[in-house]
Amino acid sequence: MDAGQLLLLAAAGLLVVAAVAQTASVGLTQARDAVAFGSLIAFGELLRLSLPGDREAAPIGSAGALGYALVLQIGLTQARQSAMQVVAVTAVGMIVGALPHLAAGRPAGVSGMASRLLALALVAFAFRPLSDVTMLSQHVWIALAVMAALIVAGWLAECMIRAVIRADALRAKFKVALVDEVRVQWQLGAAVGASAMLIALAADEMGLVALAILIAPLLVTQVAFRRYAGIRSTYLQTVRALARVTEVGGYVEDGHSSRVGKLAVAVGRELGMHEPDLLELEYAALMHDIGQLSLPDPIPGGATVLVSAEDQRRIAELGAGVIQQAGVLDRVAEIVRCQDRPWRAPDSGGPDSGGPGAGGPGAGSPEPGPPAGSRIIRAANAFDDLVGGSTDRDRTEAALERLRLDTAAQYDPTVVEALSKVTGRRHPGRL
Amino acid sequence: MDRLSRAAWLYMAAVLAAAAALLAHSFYVHPHLDLSVGPWILKLLVLAMLFLVCDSTPTTLTSRQSAWSPSSSATLAAVVMLGPLGAALVGVTSLLSVRRGVNLAQRAFNAAMYTLSAFAAGLTYQGLGGPVGVPDKLSFPAIIAPFAAAAAVHVVVNHGLLSGMLLLLPPPESARRARLDVHLPMLLAADLGYATLGLLIAALWSLVGPFAAVLLLIPLFVARWAIGQFAAQEQAYDATMAALCQAVETKDFYTRGHSERVSRGSAMLARQVGMHAERVEAIRYAGMLHDVGKLGVPTKVLQKTGPLTEEELAAIQLHPMRGLEIVRQIGFLEEALAGIMHHHERMDGKGYPLGLAAGEIPEFARVIAVADAFDSMTSTRSYRGARRIDEAIAELRKWSGTQFDPVLVDAFVSALEREGWNRPRSAVVPPGFAGGMTAQDHDDPTAPLRVVESH
Repeated sequence: MDAGQLLLLAAAGLLVVAAVAQTASVGLTQARDAVAFGSLIAFGELLRLSLPGDREAAPIGSAGALGYALVLQIGLTQARQSAMQVVAVTAVGMIVGALPHLAAGRPAGVSGMASRLLALALVAFAFRPLSDVTMLSQHVWIALAVMAALIVAGWLAECMIRAVIRADALRAKFKVALVDEVRVQWQLGAAVGASAMLIALAADEMGLVALAILIAPLLVTQVAFRRYAGIRSTYLQTVRALARVTEVGGYVEDGHSSRVGKLAVAVGRELGMHEPDLLELEYAALMHDIGQLSLPDPIPGGATVLVSAEDQRRIAELGAGVIQQAGVLDRVAEIVRCQDRPWRAPDSGGPDSGGPGAGGPGAGSPEPGPPAGSRIIRAANAFDDLVGGSTDRDRTEAALERLRLDTAAQYDPTVVEALSKVTGRRHPGRL
Repeated sequence: MDRLSRAAWLYMAAVLAAAAALLAHSFYVHPHLDLSVGPWILKLLVLAMLFLVCDSTPTTLTSRQSAWSPSSSATLAAVVMLGPLGAALVGVTSLLSVRRGVNLAQRAFNAAMYTLSAFAAGLTYQGLGGPVGVPDKLSFPAIIAPFAAAAAVHVVVNHGLLSGMLLLLPPPESARRARLDVHLPMLLAADLGYATLGLLIAALWSLVGPFAAVLLLIPLFVARWAIGQFAAQEQAYDATMAALCQAVETKDFYTRGHSERVSRGSAMLARQVGMHAERVEAIRYAGMLHDVGKLGVPTKVLQKTGPLTEEELAAIQLHPMRGLEIVRQIGFLEEALAGIMHHHERMDGKGYPLGLAAGEIPEFARVIAVADAFDSMTSTRSYRGARRIDEAIAELRKWSGTQFDPVLVDAFVSALEREGWNRPRSAVVPPGFAGGMTAQDHDDPTAPLRVVESH
């Protein structure tokens, strides 16, 4: 476990212990409401949702918890729960909802729960003391504005926590991870935030019935997201699986596609690529040899770095043609098409034509260089052709040395440097 | 919806007439209804706006006809706040919806459909004692039961009228409809979910007025976005899978398009025997991928004209296992995997890879086997021309019971009669074609693989 994650768990754990102890000592105020909100949170935690990129969310639980933190009045009585009680109820609800996941042998998702809880605590500690201020209970618009501001702040805090953890685990850059996190989470975050405000408003008007009613639309959002995330992961699984046809057909070495895929993604991440680009890169890397299927017979040995430039050209073109057929992966096709191009066109040579990694070498020349994805796949593919599945240090070093010697024309030096960093780690690629 | 049958036109006219009569009758019954009454007309306008915003930005599912929008939240809020007539009037605004690619007839039908379902919901709500008007704190929870009934009636009437229309549409539409069936539970759930938002809009009206509607639009549009993304991703997924399967086929000129046709045939047969929509979807993918393992068979074996040696036969017979090996890591239904693995089993137990017999063979595999053999027979092969459809049916019947499941053969024939079959255009190998061609087709029941006699 990484240091960042440990710190997060420790903070959340301390908070939970303090909140539960404090609530236990002063007793639960308005126990019926606490139980209702706690059950909603547990239910939401039970219906956890995976988002693209191996993320987890619990929109119903989050909306319930935020609603509990923000509610001013439930039916005809004023809501008087303290921030500590909100945190305690949320924590207990989360843990209860997570138990069935554990029982079913799924991961507990502790760090996801911890970051959700910390963000909620921020909102609760900021808002609960305000709940007695008459200006809020008298002026619904001011109350709404304060709620909205706090929800956004809490959501941003949660994104930052997640980004830190993710950057740590995947060796990504924090800024990149934060942008990716915001990009994946904002739609669901907006839905959760709006629903939380609706819960707070509606509990005022209808009492606890509001919770039952608001579950329905949140469920719809959840079902829609689940299907979306499901098809995304099936898509990736299918491309991963079908990329293996080149292996089964004897065109390339066993495991080549998936190794190049992992390596390319790790290098792309090292170079600060964002998730949508990484996904395209992964697709392209997995399918970079698909063009070989159109060759009448496998090239002996299959290692494309060793075949003639003409054959490489043909494989790249044929592969791009196949992918273009799908009609939806044109950028992936372009990456595959350019995978055999040297990063620096032979005629535009010269020491100062384009800085390393700065969008390709062709800065001065009329023809732009190959896309970043192509440059990465070219290097990753060559590396894997030379090293294969082996993790032998000497062999890795020798392969990297050979790539470095070719950085004048063939391989992008920044990519090769990133590659050497990535392969120097014990676990080159984790998704 | 360009070429409608007479029945469809009649149906549409009937729905339109019913809606028009209903509105006219309501105005006649309520002559005292003064539309200039301030708050009533204001609420009507706000709800109509909400309805229009939702209705004008639907999520396209698989065709422009089967789009989905969360507009029912507006009509149901109108049911509570304005009563049946107000709700019906909100539904009428569907006429003004600015959706692209919807012609006047469709627009009118949609408006009539919404008018009728909203009015029915309004009557239900009133009939069960739901108070019409902006609810206050004391209306809860008594208001919930009549509202839930109204929401249910709204969904039922709406989908009932729509299904009636879809049933009367020509075959290509009904194929899409089958696709829509997969989404139907999701659509129904969504409709019910959004219907409940109608109650929220009404309940929060006294507190924040129309702002509740604004707040509600956020989660509405997020769900819409996700469903839209899902539909787009699903289409992209299908296209990608088809492209990859084609790539596997490029090696062999004659079997081009085979995967896609087997996929279609299997799905057609699966629908015919009444499989659940989700399973039909799974068998579509299984049919598409059934021969993917053939890539593991050396080209020279596939293209060999003479009898095969034992090893070569074994290599061919290994392809279902190879296919399974490739697709195993995809999160498909278990059944789809079984279908791929066993699609060359025979009813008499003489198939491969395991030699299962009759009921032991998974249903998916039996379905794919029929579609697979049928497409093989109706396609051109290097050693024979394509058979006519009736010849191929006769062959299927001949092997029914020994090789194929007789029930499925009968069902396949009925499905063929109903939906027809697009045979591949007779293949003429272009001069200089770089790929090879199969000399013996392992799928062809009329020309078993020839094996060298062993002593």
